[in-house]
Amino acid sequence: MNKIDKVKTFVIEKPIKLDCGKTISNFPVAYETYGKLNDKRDNAILAFHALSGDQFVAGINPITNKSGWWSYLVGPNKPVDTNKFFVICANVIGGCMGSYGPSSIDEKTNKKIGTNFPVITINDMVNVQYNLLDFFKIDKLYSVMGGSMGGMQVLQFVANFPNKTRTAIPIACTASHSAQNIALNELGRQAIMADANWKRGDYLNLENSPDKGLSVARMAAHITYLSKKGLQEKFGRKLQERDDLKFSFDADFQIESYLRHQGSAFVDRFDANSYLYITRAMDYFDLVKEYNGNLSSAFKGNKVKFFIISFTSDWLYPTSENKEIVIALNAAGADVGFIEIISDKGHDSFLLEVPEFLKSIKSFLEANY
Amino acid sequence: MKKEFQIISELIEVNKRVLDVGCGDGTLMKHLHDNKNIDIRGLEISKDNVQKCIAKGLPVIEGNAEKDLEQFPDSSFDYVILSQTLQAFYNPEKVINNLLRVANKAIVTIPNFGYWKVRIHLLLKGTMPITKNLPNEWFNTPNLHMCSIKDFVNFSKQKKFNLFRSLALHQEKVSEINKSNLNLKNFFSELGIFLIEK
Repeated sequence: MNKIDKVKTFVIEKPIKLDCGKTISNFPVAYETYGKLNDKRDNAILAFHALSGDQFVAGINPITNKSGWWSYLVGPNKPVDTNKFFVICANVIGGCMGSYGPSSIDEKTNKKIGTNFPVITINDMVNVQYNLLDFFKIDKLYSVMGGSMGGMQVLQFVANFPNKTRTAIPIACTASHSAQNIALNELGRQAIMADANWKRGDYLNLENSPDKGLSVARMAAHITYLSKKGLQEKFGRKLQERDDLKFSFDADFQIESYLRHQGSAFVDRFDANSYLYITRAMDYFDLVKEYNGNLSSAFKGNKVKFFIISFTSDWLYPTSENKEIVIALNAAGADVGFIEIISDKGHDSFLLEVPEFLKSIKSFLEANY
Repeated sequence: MKKEFQIISELIEVNKRVLDVGCGDGTLMKHLHDNKNIDIRGLEISKDNVQKCIAKGLPVIEGNAEKDLEQFPDSSFDYVILSQTLQAFYNPEKVINNLLRVANKAIVTIPNFGYWKVRIHLLLKGTMPITKNLPNEWFNTPNLHMCSIKDFVNFSKQKKFNLFRSLALHQEKVSEINKSNLNLKNFFSELGIFLIEK
């Protein structure tokens, strides 16, 4: 079909029971690796991607020909130095970069699965990715790390498999998705479903995709990844290639043009149904409820060394929510470090060149290896 | 490592669980971890210092002792250390009560405002004292509640904090403080080191 057929995948044959009650088996998981697994097999780091991410953490993403989403952090001589560490990342199930998801073909009908795909959770994503350890014959990871939804997967991974990693770095995330975040995700989903091309998710077998809906969803979400101050400083009221207002609804302002570009670039690489499924998984994430209202019991007796990072201008997953995790870990007597990084770049800070952030991860990984 | 930290370290038995409040760059934490097999945690307000601790592989939480001690459960440590920070809090009494909540024993050190050089400075120069342990000017000092060794002993009596050991430090020399020598120690010591038990 296209380049996606060329990504690396491994097939999970055994049945995996999902939280929704359905069981899946014989399905592909797309992954990418960076660096080399050493002889002791103790230098592996599993990175979890966020909502719009994929397995292409570093270097150049072969599908989009753009830099990997964590290329400031991961690579040769980068803070997560792939000359030293073996970094693995898989596309989450429900995703659209080669892993089993709504755009996969149902062999029985020979049609794309669409919204017949089961609703998945963060727990399901993690249980699937756990199979990477077997696949690479790794007994224990050196670290699990991720930001945003990637951070939620880190927390879930450690709760599910406490003896399978030495360290854990959840970044800019939460243990329980807030009402505000559910609301923002719902806004994105409604934008997609309001697009006449969505056709209850069956567009994959038809001519047109709900590009407009997905684009609006992305535009709205993108605003939430930035801070008011960051937006003001970068764009202010600057006009887009014009000297004055045009008294029309074209993109007069640079910020409008920027958002439109973000929206239209996103639809080229992302599937609208995947967007529905993955945002749903985030909304369902509630580790506090999973442990009967006591988050610390998720980490009781845990020997993992945690390092939690938040950003001052992140209003989507604010410091207070990250601190809830720190408090729970302290209550469990776990080994935990925490730093709040000063940044004007909002939630997106974890993906950007924020020197203090990059430095803290490098120090943590080097000092504890 | 400075003498104060050596004395603190000697007060703590091996294999204990210790919280260092205001752990700075982690020098004492690292010493306790490496030499006494202490399960150590740190709380530190300065981001620069937090980064230094991380680079040493030490588990440090960025936070303010006046707010963030609350997050630690009751009796979750054997010892809690508070080195030369008490005078910077809005409510020192509340902080000590919180220290004794999270640990059974607290080691608190204070720069002694009763030290003769401090007294002489104010007496002769007529300006706020600046010494090795009190290096700031009046307008930029973080210290809100300066006290002398004698003040702290009286305060502990009044608040019924049980001073299990009271030590005075002067020019690398340590000595016990007791009822009969309190005025003398209060005059000749730069630092007071107190082991408080619940």
